[in-house]
Amino acid sequence: MRAWLRQHRQALAGALGKLTAQKYAAVLNALVIGIALALPAGGYALLASLRSLATGASLDPQLSVFLRAEAKRPELEALARKLQSDPRVREARYIPREQALKDLQATEGLAEVVAALNRNPLPDAWVVRPRAAPGAELEALAQELRAQPAVAHVQADAAWARRLAALAGTARLAIALLAALLAFGLVAITFNTIRLQILTQRAEIEISKLIGATDAFIRRPFFYLGAVQGLAGGLLALVLVWGGLAALNTGVADLASSYGSSFRLAFLAPGDALTLLPFSCFLGWLGAYLSVSRYLLEIEPR
Amino acid sequence: MISFSGVAKRYSGGYEALRGVSFAIAEGEFAFVAGHSGAGKSTLLKLIAAIERPSAGAVLVNGQNVGALKRAAIPYLRRNLGLVFQDQKLLYDRSVFDNVMLPLSFGELSGREAARRACAALDKVGLAAREKANPVQLSGGEQQRLAIARAVANRPSILMADEPTANLDAGAAAQILEIFAAFNQVGVTVLVSTHDEALIGRFARRVLRLSQGSLSA
Repeated sequence: MRAWLRQHRQALAGALGKLTAQKYAAVLNALVIGIALALPAGGYALLASLRSLATGASLDPQLSVFLRAEAKRPELEALARKLQSDPRVREARYIPREQALKDLQATEGLAEVVAALNRNPLPDAWVVRPRAAPGAELEALAQELRAQPAVAHVQADAAWARRLAALAGTARLAIALLAALLAFGLVAITFNTIRLQILTQRAEIEISKLIGATDAFIRRPFFYLGAVQGLAGGLLALVLVWGGLAALNTGVADLASSYGSSFRLAFLAPGDALTLLPFSCFLGWLGAYLSVSRYLLEIEPR
Repeated sequence: MISFSGVAKRYSGGYEALRGVSFAIAEGEFAFVAGHSGAGKSTLLKLIAAIERPSAGAVLVNGQNVGALKRAAIPYLRRNLGLVFQDQKLLYDRSVFDNVMLPLSFGELSGREAARRACAALDKVGLAAREKANPVQLSGGEQQRLAIARAVANRPSILMADEPTANLDAGAAAQILEIFAAFNQVGVTVLVSTHDEALIGRFARRVLRLSQGSLSA
C-alpha cells in the first residue's frame, strides 16, 4: 500500500516536472483545451440566464379577453355567464381597467410612462385559464369568445412563451451537440500531446519495458499528465467564461437599465462549474489512456 | 533453471533463426552461447526473456513456460533476469546513478533501499566514483559495466549478456568477463553470448555452440 502510494506520488511529481519543463507547450495546450471547453460552458451559462428571464412568464396557456369600452350591460353579463359556466374554462378572473392600470404602474420601468398618460387607455378584461391544452380545442374556445358582442379582442398569451421554450430547447440541443463535439476534440488534443510526449521518452519506455516495468507503471505518469492538462484546461475555461460574461454584462446592464430592468447574465451555478472540472480531468485522462495504450501495443514484441 | 526442448523460431518472412534447439542450464552454471553472427545467439537469449516467443517447442525458466506467459506476467519474469543488451540501451538524458535506479523504481523498494542497491551495484562493477557522470562521458568498457550494474541492481538469479565484449579491446573484454565470473561465484546463473573464440578459450566454461540455428556438440 505504501509502495503503491509512493509510485503514484512519483508519477504525479514526474508529470508536474514535465509540465514545468515545457512551460510554453503546457500553457498553450491548457489554452486550447480551455477555449474548447469555454464555448459550450459559456453557451450553457447564457441559456440558463435567458431561461430565468422566461420563467417570469407562465407557460400555461392563458387567454386574455379584452372588452369593448362601449359594450352594453346585458352583453357583459352574457359573457360573464358563459365564462363561468363553460366546462372548458378552469378559472376566469375579471380585471377592471383601473386595476390593470395599477398593475401596469407597478411594473418595472413603466411607472413613468403611466404617469405621463392623462387618461386610462386600458380596456376591462377577463383573464381566462382554460382546462384545454394549446391546440384545436383552445382555438375553438377563443373563436367563440371572439364572437361575443362584448369582446374586442382575444389574445392567446402562451404563444410567445411556448415559442421561447421551443427556442430554448433547440439552443440547449445545439449546445449539447457542441459540447459533445468539443469533448471529442479535447480527447484528440490530449491524445496527440501525450503521443508527442511519449515519442520524446521512447527510449526510456522501451528500456523500462524490456527490464521489467509493468504497463501500469509506464502508463501512470502519462495518465497524470493528461489529467492535469485536462484540469488546467477546465480551470481556464471557467476563467474564460467568467471573464466573457463579465465583459458582456457591462453591455447588458446598459441595455437592461434602458428597459428599467436590473437583469444580468449569471455565471454558471457553482454545481455546474464544479462538474466541469472532473469532466475535463476525465477527458484528459481518456486521451492519455488511448494514446499510451496504443503505443504500448505498437511496441509489444510478437 | 533454464531449459529448451525442441525450440524453433521462425520470423515472418520465413527466416528460421532457431530450429530444434534443446538444452538445459542448471542453477549456478556459467555458459557461453557461441557462434557466428546470424547463428541465432540473440534470438536464443530473447526467447528466455520473452522478448520473442518461440514458434515451436517449450522454453522453461524456473519451471515456468515462458513462451505461454500472459502479457501481464512478463514484467515479473524480467525482473528476475538481469539483461545486458547488445546495444546496451543506456539512457543518456540522466546520470549513471539514475540509469541504475531505473529498474529499482518499478518494484516496491523504498527510495532509500533502492539508492542503497544502486550504489552497491555500481560498486561491484567499479563505477562507484562515476555515479554523477553522464553515460556519454564513459569509455566503451565503462558503459558496458554500467549496463551490467543496471542488470544486476534487482539482484536477479539469472544474468544474461548479448555480445557484451563485441566492441571492446581484449583487456576490457577480460575485465567484463571477470565481473560475470564474480557474480557466478555468488550463485548467479550466467549466460553470455559471444563470437569471440579466443575469449571462450581463455575462460574454460560450458559452451552452447550454435550454427545456422541448430546446436552442435
